[in-house]
Amino acid sequence: MRALPQHAAHSTQGGGGGTLTRQWTLAKPAALCASLLAIAALAGACHEARAEYGDVLLNRHSDRGGVRPVVFPHWFHRIRFRCKVCHHELGFEMRAGANDVRMSDIIEGRFCGMCHNGDIAWGAERCDLCHSGRSGLKSGIYGGHQTSGPGRW
Amino acid sequence: MRLALTLLLVACTAAAVHAQGTAPPIERSWLPLARDGVHDPRSPAIGLLQEPREALSGLPADSAGNQVRWVDALRNGSINPRTSLRPEVEVRLLETDIYMDRYGSLPIVRFPHREHTLWLDCSNCHEKLFKSKAGANDISMLRILQGEQCGQCHGAVAFPLTECARCHNTPRTPPKAAGAAR
Repeated sequence: MRALPQHAAHSTQGGGGGTLTRQWTLAKPAALCASLLAIAALAGACHEARAEYGDVLLNRHSDRGGVRPVVFPHWFHRIRFRCKVCHHELGFEMRAGANDVRMSDIIEGRFCGMCHNGDIAWGAERCDLCHSGRSGLKSGIYGGHQTSGPGRW
Repeated sequence: MRLALTLLLVACTAAAVHAQGTAPPIERSWLPLARDGVHDPRSPAIGLLQEPREALSGLPADSAGNQVRWVDALRNGSINPRTSLRPEVEVRLLETDIYMDRYGSLPIVRFPHREHTLWLDCSNCHEKLFKSKAGANDISMLRILQGEQCGQCHGAVAFPLTECARCHNTPRTPPKAAGAAR
């Protein structure tokens, strides 16, 4: 993406020594090209943020522990369970970042471990199915809209 | 924050103008997990985890959020998510509507307890987020936009704050035209 302005500058220089008109005719497509690239870069940036609405990334301990962070998809879970199951019965606070979930909790049947026990859903030994996120991402809600809403960490 | 609010109001006005025309059918698309920006494309889970398109494309269409009308999906039976894990857990439903008309500008907000308690338990909102007394809560769009009050869910998992008219859904009686009293 950054190569484009350089490329554009190079093209413009290629017309060096020509008349003003000639420089303009060369500069115009270069500018157009640069604009298009800028738009493409912006679109690319948007694409980066396009997780599914309500996806939560949990990386309080994962990166440090040498595993991929966890992606929690609300859309997948709410097809199967109403909000109240996790946020009332299981005790998950309704604020991303408010729940310090550790693997020991899950293995002992708390939080995710109420279902992810090999009975209702896959068990804790299937590490990769939950720890499937991109390393280095910050914890929080992804795929949301542009307010500073519940994704506040 | 004020800028965000202004932009939102402009967007709402544009949406309201747009809504007056015939609504085209909603075209929906979901990114595959490998390209959604949060999953690691090299993760062994890709190919095993359910893709959003597979799960969501059969559900009632929406133009925002997950592109699913979640309450309609419950209503028409296309999903029937569990209400509790343990049989002894009490499942509570409330049917009352609350009407909120604080500033007299936008249409009145009708808050339906029914649709909310289909998903949530009373304790999810009361008494931490809202007092259980109509009119006792100082609700403001500024706070909602910052992820407080209704904004704890709307804007994260429930339909987003771009959908003004879904909450501001009850027109007030139009003022009487001059001379109507005659």
